[in-house]
Amino acid sequence: MMTFELDILRQKSAQDVPYRQSFMFETDDENAAVSTALTALNARSVLTDKNGEKALPISWECSCLQKKCGACAMVINGVPGLACDSKLSGLGRVITVEPLRKFPVIADLTVDRRAMFDALREMSVWAENAVAPSERTQDISYEASGCLQCGCCLEVCPNFYAGGSFAGMAGGVPLSRLIEQLSGEERRAVMKEYRRRVYEGCGKSLACRKICPAGLDIEKLMVNSNGAAAWKSLFRRKR
Amino acid sequence: MEKINIIGAGLAGLTAAITLAKGGRHCRLISLQPSERAQSVLAEGGINAALDVMGEGDSTEYHFEDTMRGGVYLADETAVRRLTDAAPDTVKWLASLGVPFNMADGHIVQRNFGGQKKKRTAYAKSSTGKMLMTALIDETRKYEAAGLVERYPHHEFVTAVTEGGECTGAVVRDRYSGSTVLFGGRVIMCCGGLAGLFPSMTTGTTQNSGYAAARLFEQGVRFSNAEMLQYHPTTIGIPDKRCLVTEAARGEGGRLYIERGGEKWYFMEEKYPELKNLMPRDVVSREMYFVRREKDCGDTVFLDMTGLSQEIWQKRLPDLRAEIMHYLSIDPAKQPVPVHEGIHYFMGGIHTDAFHRTNIAGLYAAGECTSQYHGANRLGGNSMLGAVFGGKTAAEDILAAAEMTAADETAYSGSETVREPTDAVKRQLGSLLYEGLGIVRSEQGIDKALKKLDELEASEGVFPRMLLGRAMLLSARERRESRGAHYREDFPEKNDALRAPTFAVYRNGRTEIKIGD
Repeated sequence: MMTFELDILRQKSAQDVPYRQSFMFETDDENAAVSTALTALNARSVLTDKNGEKALPISWECSCLQKKCGACAMVINGVPGLACDSKLSGLGRVITVEPLRKFPVIADLTVDRRAMFDALREMSVWAENAVAPSERTQDISYEASGCLQCGCCLEVCPNFYAGGSFAGMAGGVPLSRLIEQLSGEERRAVMKEYRRRVYEGCGKSLACRKICPAGLDIEKLMVNSNGAAAWKSLFRRKR
Repeated sequence: MEKINIIGAGLAGLTAAITLAKGGRHCRLISLQPSERAQSVLAEGGINAALDVMGEGDSTEYHFEDTMRGGVYLADETAVRRLTDAAPDTVKWLASLGVPFNMADGHIVQRNFGGQKKKRTAYAKSSTGKMLMTALIDETRKYEAAGLVERYPHHEFVTAVTEGGECTGAVVRDRYSGSTVLFGGRVIMCCGGLAGLFPSMTTGTTQNSGYAAARLFEQGVRFSNAEMLQYHPTTIGIPDKRCLVTEAARGEGGRLYIERGGEKWYFMEEKYPELKNLMPRDVVSREMYFVRREKDCGDTVFLDMTGLSQEIWQKRLPDLRAEIMHYLSIDPAKQPVPVHEGIHYFMGGIHTDAFHRTNIAGLYAAGECTSQYHGANRLGGNSMLGAVFGGKTAAEDILAAAEMTAADETAYSGSETVREPTDAVKRQLGSLLYEGLGIVRSEQGIDKALKKLDELEASEGVFPRMLLGRAMLLSARERRESRGAHYREDFPEKNDALRAPTFAVYRNGRTEIKIGD
């Protein structure tokens, strides 16, 4: 049996003051993740903290529990990731669990990530006309369509803040699909958005490179889109 | 101006929204979480359409026949005909939105899937659902920006509102603020299957509580084939749920075996020489259940994918390999994977006609919450097709009718709330349903489950999910034959006098069950 202490940064509502509260969780399942612990804690008929004090249920969002939906993104031991992808056995005996800090807290670990979705709408991330299916664009399109919109890459990004002009790679990755698939005037418009809302704001720290829980090759997508949207057009202008 | 209320923002909900918006109509897209979290993103294998690009002479007629036969003739023939006829255009439309389907020589590639004699399943590696969702989310965004689609992405369904037998709106609660509003206008339910009635036991999303369907049942919405649960043959246990190993693993050459007397017995290949490991899911799951009980056999069935080529792993099943390695610490390219049947899909649900109308005017349903396309067993690759086509069809029916005069948005003054028991009671209900509705069923087993349900209701009170659970058990008891996913050991043969849907309706405090109209 393994015993873990989850030290959770809690907040009853956006108006309330945050506080820390620790909970003990025991399991013999090697695959048990932070999500397993949160589910089990909330399923207790009476939830008590480490000191035996009665506690409110822990607010958090989850859906698929298999790394495919991005709902349960949070900061675990200081690193953003998905609760369902964070196996307890690799995290030490005391594990800190905090909400993503780049978004407003609704309650406890639940944050309002609407800024991410607003940015996609503002950047017109859609195809106006029919896309011609092609083998050539398949791999990049597949990779870029895999974005979970979880927000982990934004959490580590030194340049992103919610509501700012820079959309981060949660905006850049979906745009990569369109840059790859569209053509003509439509593609030029998308590349303009990419330059304005992604390329120009990106400090190239590459902090997001290895953080993606979906395992997307963000660097490859960035290189591809930067090449198309920034460098090639720059060279064209010089010529 | 009427705004149509779409409950659920997965494949069916998004397609309904796009179709309405294209027709110039306004809608609200109401979901517990954003579309990226919908269960649709979990769908892996693919989507069926008789594109006839694989040189096998496929046709929509064959697709129709396979779907009807797979569902053992309980599906709505008119609806299935429309679905399969429209399938090629549906897949082409999805490709035109930018879904990166696997392609070769300038055309979409199709793979084998269970219960079908032709390569008919279009796919995008092993994340077809996610790829479809991304393209549809982007397409929906176009209409959000145009003001035609309004997103309510942290909102839960409380109740449908009916006046004079007609649905005129829905009550919805904002989970962030806690406020409750009444949205006027017709309603399309795209709320997913009944996974929430079986906590931790299915491959579905944990955000599905089954509440919306249960509440509608309580409100008198007619259900059909509620006893038809699909047990997917190849699932693995992970914390708090079951994880699917896509049927594509067998479509690409994976083989099922069990140890018998120290030898590997490829039982599906021996018993079903034509379709082998690709028999319909109900047949495979049942065979797995039976071989585990045979003399000299081990208690674990394995999926052997060690014969798959590097190219298949890289190009067609890349995510699957990583997933199995993550959860089981087994490399499926080198070692067989232990698998078990798990609840994966609900063929039954809200009964609709071929145009997705329920028995209540103004109330529509599409996607896994409905029952018309899959009968007693759903073929792999038909669920995403049914969801996309269903959402479109419901929306088209609304477009063809006159607008409803409805209040836009008003504060809700009624007393209806989401009425759910504790998690512990939900689990107790799930266990008793699982016992009564297992792969192999009997009158005795079902009655035992019903008795436990009586006791649970007596101690905890009657909740909507209990009413629907009871209807599922009663439907299973009423069908005294074996058909598709419904296997009765006390009635092991099919009885063609019962070749009609099982209807369930809650009226005047009683659940009425009837086979056929």
